[in-house]
Amino acid sequence: MERAVLIREDGTRVDGRRPDELRPFRMEVGVLENADGSAYIEMGKTKIYAAVYGPKEAHPRHMAQPHRAILQCRYHMATFSVSERKAPGMTRREHELSKVIREALESVLFLEEYPRSMIEVFVEVIQADAGTRTAGLTAASLALADAGIPMADLVAGVAVGKVAGRLVLDLSEEEDKNCEADLPVGMAPSINSIVLLQLNGRLTKDEFSEAMRMARKGIEVLYDHQKKALQRRFAAYGEVAE
Amino acid sequence: MSLFRLGEKPYPTQILQKKLYELLLQGKRIDGRGLLQHRPVKVELNVVEKAEGSAMVTVGKTRVVAGVKYDLGSPYPDTPDKGNLTVNAELLPLASRTFEPGPPDENAIELSRFVDRCIRESQALRLDQLVYVPGQRVGVVYVDVYVLDFDGDYFAPAVLAATAALASSRVQRYEVQGGVVTKVEGEKVPLPLVKLPTAAMVGILRDKIIVDPTALEEPALDASVVIGWGTDEELAAIQKDSPGLIPESIMDEIIEISRSVTINLRRTLKELLRDVWNPGLVRSQEEQASRA
Repeated sequence: MERAVLIREDGTRVDGRRPDELRPFRMEVGVLENADGSAYIEMGKTKIYAAVYGPKEAHPRHMAQPHRAILQCRYHMATFSVSERKAPGMTRREHELSKVIREALESVLFLEEYPRSMIEVFVEVIQADAGTRTAGLTAASLALADAGIPMADLVAGVAVGKVAGRLVLDLSEEEDKNCEADLPVGMAPSINSIVLLQLNGRLTKDEFSEAMRMARKGIEVLYDHQKKALQRRFAAYGEVAE
Repeated sequence: MSLFRLGEKPYPTQILQKKLYELLLQGKRIDGRGLLQHRPVKVELNVVEKAEGSAMVTVGKTRVVAGVKYDLGSPYPDTPDKGNLTVNAELLPLASRTFEPGPPDENAIELSRFVDRCIRESQALRLDQLVYVPGQRVGVVYVDVYVLDFDGDYFAPAVLAATAALASSRVQRYEVQGGVVTKVEGEKVPLPLVKLPTAAMVGILRDKIIVDPTALEEPALDASVVIGWGTDEELAAIQKDSPGLIPESIMDEIIEISRSVTINLRRTLKELLRDVWNPGLVRSQEEQASRA
């Protein structure tokens, strides 16, 4: 199979980005009418809605925990979100990503404040172009904030990849398909903590350290924009003084 | 940190956490181990004669069995020049009162996908050498892992069992003549496995790091992460497999700890496999193929 040139001679990437540059992105909070909290994110061509319902009565009731709320999360991709139509049901990949996103959010949520109840998070990928789990996490965190659910920090995520021997931030689909490694990272930046961490691919220890530093920088940029998106949402109610 | 009640566990677990942490401060674990001390590891090969390869791995009281089956099949459309690898894992109801029968739940799916990534992403198995007729007939390697008894971390034992089963496999040899694939009766060959991926589970309790937690320790941990290495120098897969915060500042230390644990596991495995696994042989087959 022919290999596309992913890193040009001048060090820029196939879409013209620098190695440490995010794709163009956009975030919006409060985009759905019925949800208690919602958010929309675009990272390059990746487009995702997130919605939060709750805290509400736990259902089914035997799932209720006496000391805390239960958090449920569904990460799902629309059938038309990818080039070849995806089957509508949940794939094994979607089950796994639902779990890692839920656990990432659970790391910062004060679930102990809502015993016997339940919070639901739905992440719906309407177009996938790499980085959907991390963008989904970023949007889900905004939706939780929009729902007014207390958190220790917002969380944001981004993937670092190794492409043609070089570490690059925020893989596009073209890069993702031909990468040597893909490291999705989710962080709570204000408390200097990792909430989501996976790796698919080959990295040395030193490359891992460098990749984590790149992820941190990207996450800080996303985090700033998350706060701005929330301010825009609540400025409409006159609740935020600039 | 003023993270009031963040990640607060049920009261009995809090008591346990306190006790475990007191011990950790003295450099001890509740089962008498050191913080970075792995439980004894036992690997038995060929426990299932009807499988192409198999291994029973016991780590402390956690027990996992893996088996390999081999078959002919069609390649995936996007990889016409590669054989197929299919990994499945099940958390059997025999293993714990908390495991339920039925289709794999998210924990079993996570386990199979992690084992898959350790083998696939490390490029340990040379799938390109399992092609008989490109785009038409390729070898299909099935790795199935069953957790039989659960006393904490099934990830590392599962990877160990899968690797050991693959390395000791002997599969049917096939010949290709004029695009027709035929069995060579009575002849078996090893699988083209060139690396021995191993993994380590690392747990964090406050500022302490431990390896290979037991089922008693696991619920008391603040966070845990399982890390797979394809070789002594190359990571293959990582999975943060439970809720909780990992301080950024200790991540490099966690990686280094996992590296030394997996190097030891790989060394043990290599010693055990010395008569059945020869990665040099795979490379010479490759050279033969390139000459042909």
